[in-house]
Order: sequence, then structure tokens, then C-alpha cells
Amino acid sequence: MTDTMSEVGRARRRKEDARLVTGRTQWTDNIQLPGMLHVAFLRSPMAHARITRVDVSAARGRPGVVAVFGGADFAAEQGSLPCAWPVTEDVVIPDHPPMAVSEVRYVGEAVACVVATDRYKAADALDAIEIDYEPLEPVLDMTEALAEGSPTVHESGNKAFTWKFAQGDIGEAFRDAPVVIDRTFVQQRLIPSAMEPRAVVAQTDGDRFTLHSATQIPHILRVMLALTTGIPEHRLRVIAPDVGGGFGSKLQVTAEEVLCLLITRRLGRPVKWTESRSEGNLTVHHGRDQLQRISVAAERDGRIRGVKVDLLADMGAYLMLVTPGVPLLGAFMYNGIYKMDAYDFTCTGVFTTKMPTDAYRGAGRPEATYAIERAMDELAVEVGLDPMEVRRRNWIKHSEFPYTTIAGLTYDSGNYEAATDRALALFGYDKLRAEQADRRDRRDPVQLGIGISTYTEMCGLAPSRVLGSLSYGAGGWEHAEVRMLPTGTVEVVTGTSPHGQGHVTAWSQIVADALGVPFEDVSVIHGDTASSHKGMDTYGSRSLAVGGIALVQACEKVREKARQVAAHLMEASADDVEFSDGRFRVRGTTTERTIQEIALATFAAHDLPEGFEPRLDAQATFDPDNFSFPHGTHLCAVEVDTETGATTIRSYVAVDDVGKVVNPLIVEGQVHGGIAQGIAQALFEEAVYDAEGNLLTTTMADYLLPSAADLPDFVTDRTETPATTNPLGVKGAGEAGTIAATPAVVNAIVDALRPYGVRDVRMPCTPERVWRTLQNRALQNRALQNRALQNRALRNEEGASA
Amino acid sequence: MPRITVKVDGISYEEDVEPRMLLVHFLRDRLGKTGTPIGCDTSNCGSCTVLMDGKSVKSCSVLAVQADESEIVTIEGLSSDGNWHPMQRAFHEEHALQCGYCTPGMILAAIDLLKDDPDPSDDAIRQGLEGNLCRCTGYCNIVRAVRRGAGEMGVTTR
Repeated sequence: MTDTMSEVGRARRRKEDARLVTGRTQWTDNIQLPGMLHVAFLRSPMAHARITRVDVSAARGRPGVVAVFGGADFAAEQGSLPCAWPVTEDVVIPDHPPMAVSEVRYVGEAVACVVATDRYKAADALDAIEIDYEPLEPVLDMTEALAEGSPTVHESGNKAFTWKFAQGDIGEAFRDAPVVIDRTFVQQRLIPSAMEPRAVVAQTDGDRFTLHSATQIPHILRVMLALTTGIPEHRLRVIAPDVGGGFGSKLQVTAEEVLCLLITRRLGRPVKWTESRSEGNLTVHHGRDQLQRISVAAERDGRIRGVKVDLLADMGAYLMLVTPGVPLLGAFMYNGIYKMDAYDFTCTGVFTTKMPTDAYRGAGRPEATYAIERAMDELAVEVGLDPMEVRRRNWIKHSEFPYTTIAGLTYDSGNYEAATDRALALFGYDKLRAEQADRRDRRDPVQLGIGISTYTEMCGLAPSRVLGSLSYGAGGWEHAEVRMLPTGTVEVVTGTSPHGQGHVTAWSQIVADALGVPFEDVSVIHGDTASSHKGMDTYGSRSLAVGGIALVQACEKVREKARQVAAHLMEASADDVEFSDGRFRVRGTTTERTIQEIALATFAAHDLPEGFEPRLDAQATFDPDNFSFPHGTHLCAVEVDTETGATTIRSYVAVDDVGKVVNPLIVEGQVHGGIAQGIAQALFEEAVYDAEGNLLTTTMADYLLPSAADLPDFVTDRTETPATTNPLGVKGAGEAGTIAATPAVVNAIVDALRPYGVRDVRMPCTPERVWRTLQNRALQNRALQNRALQNRALRNEEGASA
Repeated sequence: MPRITVKVDGISYEEDVEPRMLLVHFLRDRLGKTGTPIGCDTSNCGSCTVLMDGKSVKSCSVLAVQADESEIVTIEGLSSDGNWHPMQRAFHEEHALQCGYCTPGMILAAIDLLKDDPDPSDDAIRQGLEGNLCRCTGYCNIVRAVRRGAGEMGVTTR
């Protein structure tokens, strides 16, 4: 196929859009079924308490109420919500009942529910449920939680696990190191905030169960629900219809999914539950929440000897699907794009009486990238180099790929020089540095800061053997099926489960090239375990880098089958039949058949090769050998008003290398959205609990998601260094922006405030926090000056008396 | 129970509603107009934006009874004769949506914005859409789409 004909690489407008811009959507909450009941949950107002009495009798008599249940009603059948990632042999995985029975461990935990004829009546009757609690001590601070004598979340204590990883001689690296950077960074707790709240519809005919859920993982969910509820897997169908964003928050097996299944099993009627946003902020798993101590040993010239990381990761009250694995996804990324001789990583998972944490866009990798990229800026200051120069001296050169890092990953490809050069040019780096110097000289109250982030990430989760070695409970393959239909159009079934990523469009482009059919002639089925029987779903920038390859392989199989039929019909040897642009041609002749003709001939099956099964379809399951490693250089310029603490992003440049691109429009969109979420962590967002363990940021009025007015336009560009580990050369693009942006912004803010002695600002860098940091710095500076003056006075006195 | 008369996407309805029923629930649960989604419960996100007598409102912040005698246009009523509204086309062309959940509200808010300012600057677009949150796009392409939509609507009305 010639390049001019290629679908891959074209900025195709998305097929998905037609229903989304006209409102013909299929969100889970849209579903109305005959006789359907509505579920409302009563949730714990206490962070930690023993449940001493549950009385639902008054609620039972309320209008429209069909049933009311407390935790005890489900105790015998509800099981425990699963954790699929027991990261160590001695990890503590506490029992996690979907509805609390005897003890609550975070505000928002479900304690009872009402099932009624409409959502208003269900909510009304919650008021009539009486629950008595005996308060227990909340556990809120990770460091205090690990101290002797701390109240405990679970009887076993507050430590979930300690996971260690070491390569090289870290002691040697730090011994007599000319430069040591030692910093502690706070990765604040975030709320993923997909725009579509969670929703569940469960129904049964007494034998088979169907669960609609706003989930990213219909396939994994089916397996897990079968294991949790005892409903046999083959009698359970899970459907993810249109799903309105996820960002990891819908990569979960939730209490509400389990409970809705149990309720429909018990009542024999369809039930629906849709969360309110306030309910969601409390009970959709949170992200990040780590305390990161990072130490870097380096030479005077800025070259890194070794990196040591000591991490506390807040698990919240329970371990959910991949809670303990999230910080480990960062364990292999703290070395970033840099070369070094030693690396040491320790992570301790800590229980607190808060909502459990779990995957949020980037999951472990944004945290790692933040720490190393912040530390690189600190190192640059310490050794007196430009922060880009210190990176250049340490990064893996283009000529050194493939390169096995100190963390043991083999980066197959990369060109940090090219991405950086392009970013610097687009940004106008030197000019901005000159302006910065000028503002510093003038003591301008509005200072300019420049932030750099040269990141990489591991994508394409994941080689199954690697997941196995990390004790994850499943594999990382992906599945695809391609069917040529009798009329010559193509039906694709994918195991990925898109919720905004545009797989229908991108997969159509890949198939159009592989089979030589028009883009319009391809449709994609996904998100329903009855029609897409096998899959590992969508997260970890895996869909294209793993699922896309399964698709390519299935297409190859279809093409080879079609070649057999074509050869037979044209009375030629299959070896002499060439394929291009959807046509099979006998080499050196004008005899040809289109793939559509072959599809019809196969359907008719009148004249097929001896023993040929009359079908032009194929399945493929692809398990990657390696991760993929997108990278890039993000540059951010901020203006910080030192009098008000307000930060304004003046320009943001991102040059990403995601390998080969199937659809540049989709990639750009992913990068934009990723950057927005990364900036949001740096400047706006934080889930805040008070001293009693109440979440204060339960609404979008309190938890500040950026609006259009809060963000600048981004300048984005790409370099293209194809991945060498898959036939498409693709790497993944979903998380890059989020991973790169946060350190770029905070580095810029700290850079702006360096002349004031500021070395760090805790995220989110709100105006108040920036202002307070400056005030504290000024106080400290004054105290230092005073002490110096006093010392001088003292010396003078001593001199006088001598 | 109060009775309301309301026209939604060109069709007249006469319905008895509880006084407390939100317009968005009336649209979704009573009339089956599920094109208008709900994204929050504090009127911050704007996903449920519809046009009420030509002005954009967040339908979670309007009671169904307040919509009595009014005309509502939802995302489902924006196309005419199968032709998309220029703003719908612009969102498609500029890739201004990913998951699409905020899109109905974003499109209707953008249309209302252009009534006050038919040729807005990028900054005016960003300020004007402040009440509509999107978690997917980072807004760059939404701004481009509104600009494109404004251009096309200007041509058609001129």
C-alpha cells in the first residue's frame, strides 16, 4: 500500500462523534427497564466507628419503598471486594465488605440502602434509617499512623506492606558523594472526576444476570464479580455502554456493582443506581497521596551517581483492585531518562481512615516523574548549571538505544535530543531566560519562571510475565477479532473498552490499511462481554500498543485466508498472489479479485480450496514482550505575582514522542487533556480531609477542576521515533501529558521564586500557598539576618572586652 | 401536583410534576430526553445545559414547574432535517470532544455565548464557557470549535 493511500496517520474525524454531538447516547443512567427500581445508599458520616445498631424498619414503610437493607442483610453473600495485586507475600489485605457490617473505616462507606420505585423516593427514605455508631479514633496522617501507639485502621496495624527494589551499590554511590540532593515531596490526594458519574443497572431472569456499568473494565469486572458474588461467570454478562471518561477511576470493582447484583438477585427486579457527584467525590477511589523522599547523589559536574527513594503511599482504608500496585508502577520510573550506577527504592503502603486510593491517570508514573524532575532542577541549582544542561549530561543518548536502565527496563527507542531541541525552539527558551534575568534585576514583583520536564513513561501495560513477576493477578495481553462479512464490510471486535479515546475511529483506520477496505466499511464492537468475549480492557496507555497489535495480527490472518481463496479462484499458487489496496493479483498478470469478492465467495462456499473452512474471520491475542516508552520535553513559563501569590501560565510547549501515530487528531487531544490534568494537580486540585476525617472537597465547588478560563492554549508538537517492539511502531499517548505537566509547572514556579530563597512549594500551588511560602521565607531570611547582626555585635563586644 | 405545559424540541407536553422535580429529571426520566446528561449536583459542571426560551440554563438548577409555559431546546432538538447545527459540526471537525459527556452542555452554552458576542476572542470564549467543565480535552479544541462555529454561524445569518 502506498503512503498516499494510507489511513494510518490521517487526521480522521471521529466516527464516535455523530451520536455524542446529537445526544443519541447510551449512558448507563439512560437505561429504563420495565419494573425497574432505584437504589439509594446511606453512607457513613464517621471516619472510623463501630456500628452498634441498625434499624431500617421505619424506612420500610415509606412511600414507594420496596426494600431496605443493612450490612447484616448481605453479610452471608456479599464477600469481600477484590484486590488483584498482592504485592508482597506478607501484604495485609483486610476484609472489605461492599456494605459495612460492624465497623466503618471512611466517611462515605455504604452502611444501608433503600430500594424504591423512583430515585426521589429512595433518597427520601434514607432519612428514616437509624444507625448508632460508637466512634473510634480516625487515622489520617501516614507518618503518625506508622508511629508506635497510633490508633489502628485494622487490627493488624496500619502497615499494608513494604516493597523494596535495589540495583547497583547505593552505599557506594552516596559515599563521599560531592553533591547530595535530599528532598521530600508531597503528592497530594486527587479525585479523578470523570464527567460521567458512576451508574449501575443490574437485572436477572433468575438464571442469567446482566450488569450495565459505567466501567473501563467490563471483562475484568465480569471475572471479579463472578469470584466475589458466586454468580457463575458464564451466566453473567457485563456491558459498558457509552462511558463518559474514566482516567483510572472506573478501573475498579465497586461496592455498588456487587450490591446491585445482590439486590436484583434477591428482589428479582431490575435495579439502577446512579451516584450524585457529592457521593462520587466521597466514594470513587482517589489517586496519588504519597509522601516521597528522594535523594540524588551526584558528581560536581552534575552527573548522577545514584538515586534513593523512600515512599509512603496512602492506601486509604482498604486495598481495592490495584491499590497497592499503583506506587510500584512508579518504582521503575524514578530514574527517568537518566543513566546512573545505583538505584534503591522502598515503598511502604499505609492504611488510613480515608477513601482507598487506586489508579488515576498515569498511576505511579506521574509521581515518579514528578520527584525525579523536581530533583533534577534542584541538582542543577546545586551544581550551578542550567536545568536543561544537567539533564543533557545525564540522559540516555539517542545513539545508546536500546538501553537497559538501572531499574532493569529496556528502553527500546528514544530521541531525547530531538524532542528537546524542538521544544526549546518552539518555546523561545533563551529569550525567556533573558527576560527572567531582567525581571530579577529589576526586582519586578511579578517574576518569570521556567519549568522543564523531560519525561518518559512505561506504557502498553503489560507483558504478562512481568505482571506475574510483580504478583499481579492477571495477564496483560489483548484480544481482537476481525470478520469480513458477506457484503465485503468488516466487523471488528476488540477487547479494549474505550470511554472517550476514539478506538472505533483508530481501529477502523488500522483495519482499512490492513485489509484494503474503505474506512467507512469498518465497524467496531466493544464493551459487552456477550459480543466481545475476551479482553483486558482500557487503562495504562495499553489499548493501541497492545490491542492495536492484536488487531493487526487478526487482520493478517484474515488476509492470509483470503489469499488462499483468491489463489484458488484465480487458479494460481498462493505464493504467486500479491495483495495491495484490497486486491489480490496474480504476480505478473492483470488477473485480480477484490477482497470483497473473496468475502462473498467464501460466504457462498461453492468453490473453495480443498479442506478450507468457509469463513473469513480470525482472532488474535497479543501479549507484548516489552513495555513501550513514550517520552518528550515539556516546557512551561509562569508569571508569579510575589505580592499575591497568584500564578499565571504564560506559555506551555509540549513535544511528545509517542512513536508512530495512527490519528494525529486523537493524539493531540489526548496530550491536551493530559496536560490539563497535570496542570490541575500542580495548581488547583486536592482532596482535603479535616482532623475528624471528613472529606471537605465533596463538590465541584470545593474541589477545583480547571475550567477553560483557568488554562492557557497549549503548543504541542511531536517527534516520531517508532517503537521497535511492535509492528505498528506505536507507544501509547493517554497518560503522557499528565505525567509530564505537573513537574514542568511546579519547576517553573520554584524557578520564579529562587531569588527569594524558595526551594519548594507544596502542591497544589494555590495563591495562598505560594504567598505563605514567600512570607515564611522572608521571615526566615530576616531571622538569619538578625542572627548575623547579633553575632557581629557579640564579636564586637568580645573584641572590645578583650 | 402542579400541571405544566412545556414545549421540548418542538413537541408540546402537558404533565403533572412534583413541585420539587428538577427540569433535568423531567427531561430525562419523564420525557426520555436522555441526550441531556447530569454531571454534578451543585450546578458547577454545566453538562445539563439546555436552552430555555433561547437562554442557556443548567437544567439541574431549574425546577420543572419553573419551565411551565416555556420552550426548551436540548441537544436532541438542535439538528434540523437531519442537518447538524454549525456548532455540532464545528465540535466534530475540531475534535472538541472525547468522551462526549460534557458536549451537549458545551455546545448549547457556546450557542448562547455567541448570541451576546457573535465574534468572540479566544479569551472571551474561555471566560464565557467557564461554567461548563470538561475533563477530557483541556479545552484547546473546544475554543477552536467555538471560533469555527461562530464563523460558520456568522456566514449563515449574514
